[in-house]
Amino acid sequence: MPYPTDLKYTKDHEWIRVSGDTADIGITDYAQRQLGDVVYVELPEVGKTIAAGESFGSIESVKAVSDLFAPMSGEVIGVNSHLKDHPESVNSDPHGAWMVKVRLSDPGAIDSLIDAAAYESLVKE
Amino acid sequence: MAGSVSTDRFARRHIGPSLDERDAMLAAVGAASLDVLVNEVVPQSIRLDAPLNLPPEETEREFLQRLTNVARGNRTFRSYIGLGYHDTFTPSVIRRMVLENPGWYTPYTPYQAEIAQGRLESLLNFQTMVADLTGMEVANASLLDEATAAAEAMTLLHRVRPPSSAKTTAVTEGAGGQARTFLVSDRCFPQTLAVLQSRAEPLGIELKVASMDDMELGPGVFGVLLQYPDERGELRDLTPFIERAHEQGILAAVATDLLALALFKPPGEMGADVVVGNSQRFGVPLGFGGPHAAFFATRNAYVRQMPGRLIGVSVDAHGNTAYRMALATREQHIRREKATSNICTAQALLANMAAMYAVYHGPAGLKEIAARVHSLAHGLAMWAGVLGLKQRNARFFDTLCIEVGQLQTLQAQALGRGINFRYIDASTVGISLNETTTLEDFADIGQLLGAAVGKSVSMGRGTVAGGDGAEEAVAWPELRRTSSFLTHPVFNSHHSETQMMRYIRTLERKDIGLDTSMIPLGSCTMKLNAATEMLPITWEHFSRVHPFAPGEQTQGYAQVVRELTDALCAITGFAAVSLQPNSGAQGEFAGLMVIRAYHRERGDVHRDVVLIPASAHGTNPASAAMAGMRVVVVATSSSGDVDIGDLKRRAGEHRDRLACLMITYPSTHGVFEDGIRTICDIVHEHGGQVYMDGANMNAQVGLTSPARIGADVCHLNLHKTFAIPHGGGGPGMGPIGVAPHLVRYLPGHPLVHPAAERAIPAVSAAPWGSASILLISYAYIRMLGAAGLTEASQYAILNANYIKARLEKHYPVLYSGRNGRVAHELIFDLRSFKSAGVEEMDVAKRLIDFGFHAPTVSFPVAGTLMVEPTESEDQGEIDRFCDAMIQIRREIDDVVAGTVDQRDNVLKNAPHTAAAVSASDWPHPYAREQAAFPLPWVRARKFWPSVGRIDNPYGDRNLFCSCPPVEEFST
Repeated sequence: MPYPTDLKYTKDHEWIRVSGDTADIGITDYAQRQLGDVVYVELPEVGKTIAAGESFGSIESVKAVSDLFAPMSGEVIGVNSHLKDHPESVNSDPHGAWMVKVRLSDPGAIDSLIDAAAYESLVKE
Repeated sequence: MAGSVSTDRFARRHIGPSLDERDAMLAAVGAASLDVLVNEVVPQSIRLDAPLNLPPEETEREFLQRLTNVARGNRTFRSYIGLGYHDTFTPSVIRRMVLENPGWYTPYTPYQAEIAQGRLESLLNFQTMVADLTGMEVANASLLDEATAAAEAMTLLHRVRPPSSAKTTAVTEGAGGQARTFLVSDRCFPQTLAVLQSRAEPLGIELKVASMDDMELGPGVFGVLLQYPDERGELRDLTPFIERAHEQGILAAVATDLLALALFKPPGEMGADVVVGNSQRFGVPLGFGGPHAAFFATRNAYVRQMPGRLIGVSVDAHGNTAYRMALATREQHIRREKATSNICTAQALLANMAAMYAVYHGPAGLKEIAARVHSLAHGLAMWAGVLGLKQRNARFFDTLCIEVGQLQTLQAQALGRGINFRYIDASTVGISLNETTTLEDFADIGQLLGAAVGKSVSMGRGTVAGGDGAEEAVAWPELRRTSSFLTHPVFNSHHSETQMMRYIRTLERKDIGLDTSMIPLGSCTMKLNAATEMLPITWEHFSRVHPFAPGEQTQGYAQVVRELTDALCAITGFAAVSLQPNSGAQGEFAGLMVIRAYHRERGDVHRDVVLIPASAHGTNPASAAMAGMRVVVVATSSSGDVDIGDLKRRAGEHRDRLACLMITYPSTHGVFEDGIRTICDIVHEHGGQVYMDGANMNAQVGLTSPARIGADVCHLNLHKTFAIPHGGGGPGMGPIGVAPHLVRYLPGHPLVHPAAERAIPAVSAAPWGSASILLISYAYIRMLGAAGLTEASQYAILNANYIKARLEKHYPVLYSGRNGRVAHELIFDLRSFKSAGVEEMDVAKRLIDFGFHAPTVSFPVAGTLMVEPTESEDQGEIDRFCDAMIQIRREIDDVVAGTVDQRDNVLKNAPHTAAAVSASDWPHPYAREQAAFPLPWVRARKFWPSVGRIDNPYGDRNLFCSCPPVEEFST
C-alpha cells in the first residue's frame, strides 16, 4: 500500500493530515500490519488536550496492545465513533480510518515530522 | 534406583519410559547414561552434593493405608461457622464425572479453544450463572478466592476512578491528584480485610474500615466494599447507600453469597458496580479452605478492566458458534507490568463444578435449597426468641447472631455434640446453617441453645416453616428477589441423573486432556496426575473440614502441612515455606512483599526496583507492579541467556534502589544458564535479593535447588512440578520458600495464630490456601521419595533432549546450552516459514488433526513453539508426537515449494471437523483422508475437534460472554 503524500508521519507509526489549524490522526498501514486484526481502539474524550510524543489512547489486536502517540499537540475536537463498532476499518483502510481530530496548538511543529518517502524507507529497513 | 523395575514402585508408574526405552533414547541423544546426560546439562557448580533428605518412598498401597490414619486426625464436626465457607452436598454425578474424572481435571487452560469447547461451554455456564444470580451484566470465569476477588474489585475501582475533581482536598490526594481512599465495611469477613490490606498498601491505597452507617462518603474516596449478607449474617437493602455513594462519584463493590441471591434481591439490582464472592457452597467441598471458585461480576462498561479469564462467544471457520477466551490483551502475558492483574491461574475445575450444580438443580432447585436453609434459620430465630435470647440480625438469610450469656457452657456442649459454631466474642455466637443441615441437626442446635440458658427443652418440628413457596419464605418484601434467573435452557434441561451424566460426558468428549494424549506445553509441565494422588481429595475426613475449625479437629491436615513443608524445604534448600499462596502469580506477589518487608525493616524503604530479564514470564512484571515496584528490563543475549554485562550495568545504575531480581531457572528458554551464580552474586552485591520463579522447577528437583543457585525466595507451582492437575485452568498452588533471613516476614492470617514475627498480611482467604490439594503434592513426594523425584527430573531432561534429537533436523532449535543440550523443554523456531504464509498457529491447529494439543505458542519468543514432554510420557507417545511434527514439516515444505495452494491447504484449514470431512461438498484440493488421517496410527486414536478454526477477532469485536441463545445452534 502506498503511503499518501498529503500525510505526515512519525517514527511511532502514526500519520497526521493537517488542514489549516486542525488535523486528523491515525496509524499507518505498516502499524496495522504489525498489529494484525484490530479489535478495539481506546480514544480520548472530546475536549482533552494531547501532547506531541505522548500517549493519547491505545489500540488492541487479538494478540497485542499498543499505545497511540500524538504526532502533534492540540485539543481533541472530534473522535471517530465509527471505530467503536468497526475497529476493523483500521486494517482495511488505515490511512482513511482517522481516530481523533485535533485543533493544533502549534501548527508550525509539522516541520518536525517526516514525509511519505522518508517514512516508507524507514519501514523498509 | 533406576535399575529397580518393581511394579510396586510408584516411580515405575509415574515415569513414562521403560528401561529399554530409556536406553534407546539415550542412544538417540548420544549419552552413555542418564547421569552422563544430566552432567552435560546441569552445571557442576550448582549440583547438590547429597541426595534429598526425605522420608523413604512408599508404594501406592502403603501411602493410602498410612494416609487413612492421618485422615483420622481430622474430625468432621458439623460446622456452622460460616465466614464464606459452608458445608454442601456435591451431587454424586458431579463428583464422579467431574471432580474425580481425569477428563475434567487433567486438561490445560483453554488457550487451544478448538479442543476445549466442552469446558469452555461449562465456564460460560458459570459466567451466566454468576451474572444472573448477582444481577450484573458480565462475570469472569472465576478467581482464586473471595478475598482476592475483593482485592481485585478494589483495584478495578481504583483504576477506573475519575480524574481529580475540584472537591478533592490536598490531604486525601494521591500523587496523581486522584482519590485514594477505599472504604471497607467493618462487616466484611476478617480474611477479606487482611488480603485487602496486603494489596492496598503497596499501591498507595488508603483503607478505612468503618461501619456502613458511619462511613464518610466524600472527597478522596474512590470506592467502597460492603458485604451482603454481612459477616454476622445481617441483610439490609444497600440501594440508598449505593445511591449516596454514586452521587459523590464513589463506586461500590459488594461481596455476596450466591445461594442467598436465589431468594434475596441481588446487589446488581441495588446499584453495585462490582459483585464478588465464593461459589463454594454450590457443591464444592470445604476442603479446609479450598480450592473453590471465587467469582467477579461487573458492568459491561468495565469489562476491559476486569481481572482474570473471560470466556466469550465467537464463530469458527464454518460460521458455527464456538467458544474461546476473550480479551486476552488484558492479561499479564501481553500487557506485563501494565496488566489489570497478575492473575493467570483461575479455578476452572471448581467453577465447572459450581456451574454443573446450577445446571443440575436449575433455578427452581436452587430456590428450594435456599428456601429450606432460610426456613431453618427462621425457625431457629423464633426458637431463640422463645428462649428469651437476643438474636441480633433483623433480617437474615442463613446466619444468626445470638447473644448467649453462658458461652463457655454452650461451646463445651457443642463440642461434645460434634458441632462448631462461630464464637464472635465473649457472649455472642454466630450460627450459619447450610444445605446439609437436617431437622435433626436443627433440633440439636435448638437443644444446645436451650441448655445454654438452662432450659432442657426440645423444639417441636413445627418451628420450621414449610419448605415450599420459596418467595414467600422471605418475610421482608423489600428484600425479596422478584427477578428471574437461570432462564437459559441449559439450566432447565438436565435435572435427572441420566440427563446430567450425558450432558457432562458430551462436554468432556470435546476436550483433550492427559487422558487423551500428551500435552507438550512448554513451561506448563503437564505430567501425570496419578489416581492415588487424587483419591484422598474426596475422603470425607479431608473434604468436610471447615478452614476455621478449631486446631484440635484438624490434626490430620496439620501433619500433612508439616511434612509437606519439611519436604519442600529439603527440595528447595530453604529454611521455611508458606503454603498460603493459591497460584504461582500469588506466590510471586507474596515473595515480593516479603522482600519489600525485609528492605523496609532495614530502613531501605526506597528499594523498589525489580530487574526482570526480557524473556521472563509476563506474570513477573505484573506481580512487581502489584507490589508497587518499578520494573527495569535486563537484556537477553543472542544465546538466550541473561546478558550479564547489561545486568551489571542496570544493577549499578539502580544500586541504591535495587529491591530484587526475578529470574526463572532453568531459563524460560529451557536452558541451565552457566552464569546463574554470578548473576545472583551481582544482585546481592548491589543490595538486592534474588527471587527465583519456580515455573521450571521440574528440571531441578534432586539435581540442584533454588538455595544452591543463590536465590533468597522462590515460589513452587505445585500444579506443575508437584503433580496437582491443571483442572482445565486451575486450581493451582504457589507456595513460597525463603532463606533464613526472610522467614520472619512470611504471610500471616487473621484467624490463625501465631504468625511469623514480622509477618506480611494474608495473601489468601484461607490460611493454607487450597489446602485439600496439598494432599496431591504430598502424595507425589512421599511415593516418589528422594530417588524417584530425582529420576523424574532426569527423565524430564532425557525426554526433552530426545525430542531435540528427533526434530532438530526438521525445525531449528532456538536455544541450547552447554554441549548442545536443552533442559526439560525446548523452543522450535517457525519464523522462517512466515514468508510462505505458514504461521506457528497453523502448526498448532494442524497438530489437533493428529490428536495432539499444541505446544506453547509464541512464548517466550513470538513465532515459535515451546515443547515440554515431562517425565511421564513414554517413548511411543513422544515418537508419535515427533512423527506428527515431521509430517507437518513435509506439509509446510509443500506450501513453501508452491506445490500446494498457499491459502487452501491442510495447514490453513486445520483443524478438520468430522462434519467438514464428511460433508458431500469437499471443495479443497487435497484428499479428505489427508485432512483427517494424516498418518496411519491416527485412525486408531482419532480425536475429532468439535469446531473448526475459531475466528478470534470476531469474538473480540462482538463481545458476548454468556450462554448464547439456543437458536444459534439450530443450523
